[in-house]
Amino acid sequence: MPDDGPVHWRRMIRPRLSRAEAVVSLLTLVLGFALAVSVRSNDSKAPLVGARQEDLVRILDDLDGRAARLRQDVANLSRVRDNLNRGSGSSSAALTEAKTRAEQLGILAGTIGATGTGIVLTINDPRHEVGADVLVDTIEELRDAGAEAMDISGVRVVASTYVLDASGGLIVDGIHLTAPYQVSVIGDAPTLTTALRIPGGIVDSVSGRPGASATVDQRPAIMITSLHGQPKLAGASPSPSPSTH
Amino acid sequence: MIPGLALVVGLVVGLIMHPTAPIWLQPYLPIAVVAALDAVFGAVRAVLDDVFDDKVFVVSFVSNVLIAALIVFLGDKLGVGAQLSTAVVVVLGIRIFSNAAAIRRKVFRA
Repeated sequence: MPDDGPVHWRRMIRPRLSRAEAVVSLLTLVLGFALAVSVRSNDSKAPLVGARQEDLVRILDDLDGRAARLRQDVANLSRVRDNLNRGSGSSSAALTEAKTRAEQLGILAGTIGATGTGIVLTINDPRHEVGADVLVDTIEELRDAGAEAMDISGVRVVASTYVLDASGGLIVDGIHLTAPYQVSVIGDAPTLTTALRIPGGIVDSVSGRPGASATVDQRPAIMITSLHGQPKLAGASPSPSPSTH
Repeated sequence: MIPGLALVVGLVVGLIMHPTAPIWLQPYLPIAVVAALDAVFGAVRAVLDDVFDDKVFVVSFVSNVLIAALIVFLGDKLGVGAQLSTAVVVVLGIRIFSNAAAIRRKVFRA
């Protein structure tokens, strides 16, 4: 192959004024112009303006598909969020319920302090005529009248509390007490007062003992801080079948 | 030489004037430009091969542009617009590359 590279190079560079050159120049001018316009229109802010119908349909389909998928995602996530909200709500409700139950049982079992309206029954017994039987009756009478928490001279009264006669006084739950006995009771004050004062009731029996007297004071706020320790059950254990009443 | 200058002049004028092509023309403009570029590359190769004929160039330029636009238009009407325009662009690209390779071999003897 003849080596005419440089010759042609020079020939291309040299301008010639001929009809051929003019026509070619015109066409390349148009080409440059069209090139600039194409680049501009592609660059513009609205690239979809000049798109073909097919392209637009395809783009629309793609966008529709994506929108449908995203709507699905939104629905799924909303469902999860609702579940979590509801779940946390119900678990917190169960928690509150458990706490309330624990408090109530604690008050009844004497493991936590209690406060509320109630009465204070004071039994004066200088001649030590009031026996354990009177106190046991008192406790029962007060429970019948709806006592929720009880304290005898600093000893918390619970289901397992016992009263024994002792020299010079009484033994309550192993603690030796002497008169005067101060019984603090939390419950409905009027009901408790009425129960103690019925004819033949506690006030009457105490007054019947020589030298003894009983007074009942209603109080708007009684605080019982004495506690009964955790019981150690030797024989009883929870039965498997639950029954509530 | 002068056609090269003319190309640059056309580019500059187009960028400065910032015209917008009519809507019906806009989808076909890119394909037409590529087809015209193919004709130009072919012409440069012909010049280097010393077989350049201005008549041939004009005819090939105009016919390339028209045929490319026609094929794309037909494809749109038939529903295979995307595929046909891809095919046109691929073929033009191949031709441009082979012309450019021939030019390179002639100019740089490499």
